Parts: sequence; C-alpha cells; structure tokens
Amino acid sequence: MSSQAWINLAYLAASMLFIVAFKLMTGPRTAVRGNFLGAAGMALALAAACCEKPVLDRLASAGAGGLVTVAVAAAIGAVIGAMMALKYPMTGMPQMVALLNGFGGAASTLVAGAELWNATAVAARDSAPLPAWTQFAIATALTGFIGAVTFWGSFVAFAKLEELPRFKQAWTDPNRHWINLGLGICTLLLLWGFGANPSSNLLFWGLVIVGSVLGCTLSLPIGGADMPVVICLLNSYSGLAAAAAGFVIDNSVLVIAGSLVGASGLILTAIMCQAMNRSLVGVLFGGLGTTTAANADDVYAGKIKSASAEEIAMVLEGASRVVIVPGYGLAVAQAQHAVRELANALEKRGTTVEYAIHPVAGRMPGHMNVLLAEADIPYEKLREMDDINPTFPETDVAIVIGANDVVNPAARTDPTSPIAGMPILDVDKARTVVVVKRSLSPGFAGIPNPLFAADNTLMYFADGKKAIVDLTAALGKA
Amino acid sequence: MTLPCPLLPIASAASFEDPAATFIRLLTVFLLAMWVGFEVITKVPQRLHTPLTSGSNAISGITAVGAIVVAGALATRVGSVLGFLAVVLAMVNVAGGFVVTHRMLEMFQPKKK
Repeated sequence: MSSQAWINLAYLAASMLFIVAFKLMTGPRTAVRGNFLGAAGMALALAAACCEKPVLDRLASAGAGGLVTVAVAAAIGAVIGAMMALKYPMTGMPQMVALLNGFGGAASTLVAGAELWNATAVAARDSAPLPAWTQFAIATALTGFIGAVTFWGSFVAFAKLEELPRFKQAWTDPNRHWINLGLGICTLLLLWGFGANPSSNLLFWGLVIVGSVLGCTLSLPIGGADMPVVICLLNSYSGLAAAAAGFVIDNSVLVIAGSLVGASGLILTAIMCQAMNRSLVGVLFGGLGTTTAANADDVYAGKIKSASAEEIAMVLEGASRVVIVPGYGLAVAQAQHAVRELANALEKRGTTVEYAIHPVAGRMPGHMNVLLAEADIPYEKLREMDDINPTFPETDVAIVIGANDVVNPAARTDPTSPIAGMPILDVDKARTVVVVKRSLSPGFAGIPNPLFAADNTLMYFADGKKAIVDLTAALGKA
Repeated sequence: MTLPCPLLPIASAASFEDPAATFIRLLTVFLLAMWVGFEVITKVPQRLHTPLTSGSNAISGITAVGAIVVAGALATRVGSVLGFLAVVLAMVNVAGGFVVTHRMLEMFQPKKK
C-alpha cells in the first residue's frame, strides 16, 4: 500500500471517530467519551496531515524547517486555545464559542489564500499555462468568502455578547438592506470574475474583503435575543468553510467533518427559529416590528402587585411544588448559585423544585442548562418546554428570573402581537407567579407583558442575585 | 486528461482524474456526510445543545489539516506565512473547542461528593 493510501486510511478513521463523537453527544454521560473520541479523531487527522507528500518532500529536500514551522504554530495555537477555554467564566460561554468559531473560519480563508498563492507562483515559475481548474477556483473562492463572513460575523457576535460599548446598540439604519444587496451583487460579480480568471490573487482577496464587510453588516443589526440563531448559523458556516477548503485541497476528511458541523449548525438554527416562531429570513433581515399591539400603560395601570422578600417567602412556605424559570437575566446577574441555595432551602422543607427551560432562553442554544449545571443542579431537574408545560396548573409557585418574552401569554392570546404564535412557557397557569425583575421595562420584543399585571402575579423588583439571596434568607426565618 | 497542479496534494491515484470527476467524488462525500450529520444530530437533546455547539465548533477546526499541509511545504514565502497563521488560528479553535466542551460536560456529571 502506498503511503498516500495509509494517510487516506487515517483520514477515514478520523471521519468515523467524528461521526461516533456526534452520536455519543446524545446523552450527558456518553458525551464526555464522545468529546474524547472527537479529539482523538482530530489528533489522528493532524498526524496524518504531517505525513502528506508536500510536507515529506520538503523534509527530504530542505530539512525539517517545514515540520518545525508546523509544530511551533500548532503549539502556539493549542496553548492559546486551551488557556482561553480554561480561564473563561461559564457565564461567558456564548462569547467564547463565537470567538473560537471565528478563528476556524479565518483559518479556512487563509488555507485557501495560501493554496492559491502557491499554485499561481509555481505556475508563474514554470511559465506553464494554468490548467483550467474551475472546481478549484469555485471552491477556493467560496472558502475565502465563507471563512471571511464567519470570522467577522463571529467577531461582531462576540463583541455584542461581551457588551463592548460600541456594539451595544443594534445597527438599524434603514439603508442597510440596500448596502447588503450592493455587497451581495459585488460578491456575485467577483465570484464570476474569479471563475473566469482563477489565477487572480487580487480578485480572491477582493472577495475576502467583501465577505468581511458582509459578515459585519449582516450581524450588526441583530439584537441580543436573536443571538442563539446567529451563533448556530455561524457555527454552520465555519463547518461549510472547512468543507469547501476540503474541495480546494481534495481532502475527504475536511469535507466530511465540515459537512457534519454544517449540518449540526443548520439543525440548531432551525430549532432556534422554530422556538421563536420566526423564519430565518425574519431573524436575519427583519428585526422585530416595534408596532406594539397594546400600550404598556393600559396593560399595567393599577394592576401591578409588588411584593417584598418576606411576603414571597410566606407564599413559598406553603408551596409543595415550585418551578423556577430562568432567562438571560439570570446569566447577567450570575444568580445561578443563589438559585441553587434557594432550591436547597425549599427542598429541605419538602418542596419539589424543578426548572423550566425555554429553548431560546439565554444567548446560545442550551445556555441555561450549562449555567444551572455549573451550580451543581442535577440535569434531571431541568425540564424542556413541552415536557413541563402541562404541569403548570399543578404548580403552586412559578418563579421567573430574568425571563420576559418566553413567558408572555400574549403569544397565546393576542393574534396581533409581534410574538403571536411563539411557543411559550405557560407560567401564568401556575397558582402564584413570582417575577423577579429590575423594572417593568419590556424584553427584547419591546412589548408589554400581561403576565406582570395578572391577578396571580407578584412582582419582586430587585437585582436577580440579591433578590434570590434575600428570599432564601427570609425563607430561613419563616 | 488535464495537467495535475504540482502543489495540490492530490492523492496520487487521483492525479489523473478529470477535475469534474474529482468534484463529483467530493460532492458525493459532502452530501452523504450531511445526511449522516442530520440523522445523528437531530437526536441530541436540548440540554446538550451548548456542548454540541462547542464540540462541533472544535471539529470545524479540521481545516488545520489543510493548514498543516500548506505550512509544512514552505513552498513560497507568502504561502508559508499564511499557512503558519492558519495553523495557529485553527489550533486555537481545535484546542479551545475540545477543552471548553469537556469543561461543560464535566458539569453535567453527577457529583461524587
């Protein structure tokens, strides 16, 4: 068997390991092993890459310089990556994932750029006419373009999630659709030009620049609550960029791994959109309509009942079943450990405590699960929406912490509401609802929430973490 | 028969393959892998969506394979610099992705205390 056959066999094994890794991701216990197998597959593929013919030829003709370069670069990257991953706080996971994702996209762009540069340089040196590589040209162009969109889109998503001051406000210039259309047309023209003239490094980098601008203009207008969709979509793009890079260098492990990631990102994107009852196009280009169906003053006037920690503690004392509904506010207030303390205090009194997790609560898919798991809350208690909704009528107290739109009953009752039809957690059906919130300010959708004015709702105006700590203390005294 | 480009790491057996045939071969792999991906990933429960995102993110760092081949060949100066940067970035993605996924999955484990 030739050495290339062995290398290809290693790539095949790596691909199989990736598929098994995804397969094991279906359960929390097997997922750890899945992650290890994924890493093993990656190590195998990287080792095989070091034995590829161009690398070995270089080794034979000019010494170990090439492999040393690779080793130095890989060591730098691995140390930086591992440090980031170990240091970043759990509340910042969405940013971290966005950032890592962007690096992957940028790497794909650079691979395509380097391949193109080398190929044209060699053709120029040998003054041989360039072969007609339409497939190579299209794949190179797409890799460069998708990679650039991924990098800049991820960077903007990171900046928004990290709440860097300049990125706080969503960019809502009404001309943005024309700008995007213009950039889209530029992209098509450059793609066509590059297809006709595949040895032009200039056209390639032009395409990368247009992709960079487009990555920014597409993600700048997207608001915080739509971030889960954007993260999934960018994740999918980084996979597709890697797959496209596989077409450039004719390598099946890149194509397989890239398309697995692409598929995973697309599925999650679809799940997130479904959970918000919105189309992908609506999320990317719409922005939510601000035409409020109901005026905030009409909804709230005279109907808001504010309660203190002591009053709420008294309600909790008599409860036999309590459901906690976390939202992004919980992550902002870093209240996950305080919530755990409250749940412990309640359970000591014999109260059943469960958690209702909306699919788009937080800023990335599954965000709340990770936060609560960090506070040692067993995952069996984290219930999904469809699973827990029928149990709200038998729930004594539902405690909503930092969630708003995902518990807004207007989605069910008011067909003119901008969020009409969005699946929500039916907390309003619980006997008593406690809403922990700093003020009556609207959520991301910018609409008032009739839940706050409902007869069975008590508003507890305070910062999420302090509120829960006070509540636990009051419960201890009661 | 088309000229094989000397620097593209085309498998020796496939060197004389018509570019269109290469494209179709890779397209076949691409579509089948997409299919497998859809089948496997729809079964991942919602509570594991964050580790799934970061784990798949790490796997998208597979582009490091391409980066290593480019950087290790040191064919041209510009190509080598780009390749070097690509290896660094891809490895940040790979190492960061797997480590962070492991950190998250550890939290999902029942505590032994």
